[in-house]
Amino acid sequence: MEEFTQILLLFISTVLINNFVLIRFLGICPFLGVSKQVETAFSMGLATTFVMTLTAAATWMINTFILEAFNLPFLQYVSFIIVIASLVQFVEMFIKKTSPVLYKALGIFLPLITTNCAIMGLALLIPLNGYSFIASVVFGFGAGVGFTLAIVLMAGLREKLEFGDVPGVLKGVPVTLIIAGIMAMAFMGFSGLISM
Amino acid sequence: MNPTYLYSLISMGGIAAFLAAGLGFASVHFKVEQDPRVGKVNDALPGANCGACGYAGCSAFAEAVVNGEAPVGGCPVGGDKVSSNIADIMGADADSSDKVVAELLCGGGIKETTKSGKYQGIKTCKAANAVNGGEKECQYSCLGFGDCEVVCPFDAIIMSENGLPQIDPEKCTGCGKCVEECPRNILLLAPLSAKTHIRCSSHNTGKIVRKTCEVGCIGCSLCAKTCPVDAIEMKDNLAVIDYEKCVNCGKCAEVCPTGTIEFQGRMIEKVEINDNCVGCTLCAKACPVDAIEGEVKKLHEIDQEICIQCGLCFEACNVDAVDLFYKDEE
Repeated sequence: MEEFTQILLLFISTVLINNFVLIRFLGICPFLGVSKQVETAFSMGLATTFVMTLTAAATWMINTFILEAFNLPFLQYVSFIIVIASLVQFVEMFIKKTSPVLYKALGIFLPLITTNCAIMGLALLIPLNGYSFIASVVFGFGAGVGFTLAIVLMAGLREKLEFGDVPGVLKGVPVTLIIAGIMAMAFMGFSGLISM
Repeated sequence: MNPTYLYSLISMGGIAAFLAAGLGFASVHFKVEQDPRVGKVNDALPGANCGACGYAGCSAFAEAVVNGEAPVGGCPVGGDKVSSNIADIMGADADSSDKVVAELLCGGGIKETTKSGKYQGIKTCKAANAVNGGEKECQYSCLGFGDCEVVCPFDAIIMSENGLPQIDPEKCTGCGKCVEECPRNILLLAPLSAKTHIRCSSHNTGKIVRKTCEVGCIGCSLCAKTCPVDAIEMKDNLAVIDYEKCVNCGKCAEVCPTGTIEFQGRMIEKVEINDNCVGCTLCAKACPVDAIEGEVKKLHEIDQEICIQCGLCFEACNVDAVDLFYKDEE
């Protein structure tokens, strides 16, 4: 029971308190680039969650069974990059064959998210925090959910903003960055929610 | 040898070999049979994945083209070259006739129009339109501050000295951004093949137009009466052309008393069919007024009484059997 509570708390803390986008500032590129429509933003979030969960599981195994076993932590970066890239490639081919519907939903976002810093950050944070396997997977999934939450909220705001009377100088990217900043501040309010 | 080197080499090599084997396995066993044209079309595209076509990246657009959902010329970045390459792959015509370009429906520049006052506000069309409608008296006229020039992503619009936007049909991709931007709604997208344009949007009565602009439509409806294919309609004191119906004969431009109608083609004096005719009937089918007569496999003839000199038969003929005599040719 104790363990389950810990896992649940880890999930909530990853989604809200240590949100990858708004608190750790990872994955800003898709956060600003693909947040024009709620629908595409959600697809992006879905793909990210998918890749992050896979990444967490794969890199935990590589790190524990190979890198730590042979005392090679300096190979983390290189090995994680090739593992993530080829894993996503593999999964993409697998999905294309088995589930065209899912492939359509994730579409181009799957390969696009592979090289994102949020994914790499996640892979490097796991050995740093020393999570167990289950904790790592939950951490990865939570990070993906947090990303989805942030990007969908952003897309919703930007859709409404289309009708807003934004001064010319702030139109487009500037006002988006301001919104991102305010959102990040708002998410800081979660920091007192739980203490691990 | 330091064991760290050895372990690094072995572990990295092992991981790489394992992943390579996995990917190799997947590429064989999870292969999805795809239309080979999708790959070819994808290669012909710029590959910027900019999404300007409305699809999620170049490969999605390539798939849509092959499925017939997207036009071959749907890539606004690649322009004519890319679309003709794609057309080659798809075995279709490049459809340059389908290409649309922006056209300005106002001919009243600084020289042709009268002023109602001096505008000293913010120098954009939007601001001028919001305040008092700029300097020109005609409330349908081009404001001339070049909002369209600014918004055009392809540098296809340049403001002339006369204060009117000049659109370069070569550079224009028909994206429609200027059409949206124009607060007066006097820009529209017209087929590139259209050569006849009524350069006025004024719904004012003839009397007012006469006072405010030298080249405005006074609503005399001469063009509508002259048009042999009824492509011009009078709508609230303004002649409006239907590009779908127009055969570009240029007759309307000839009769227009104010020079509002611009005809960019050459006026044809007479059309004749020569001995090359093999009687294929293509010209007769193309003729909008049924002026061509003749039986299959026999020499066709044009009834000069009915003929409107549009030249469509010339374009339809495959054997150079139609001769055009232009008016500006002696």
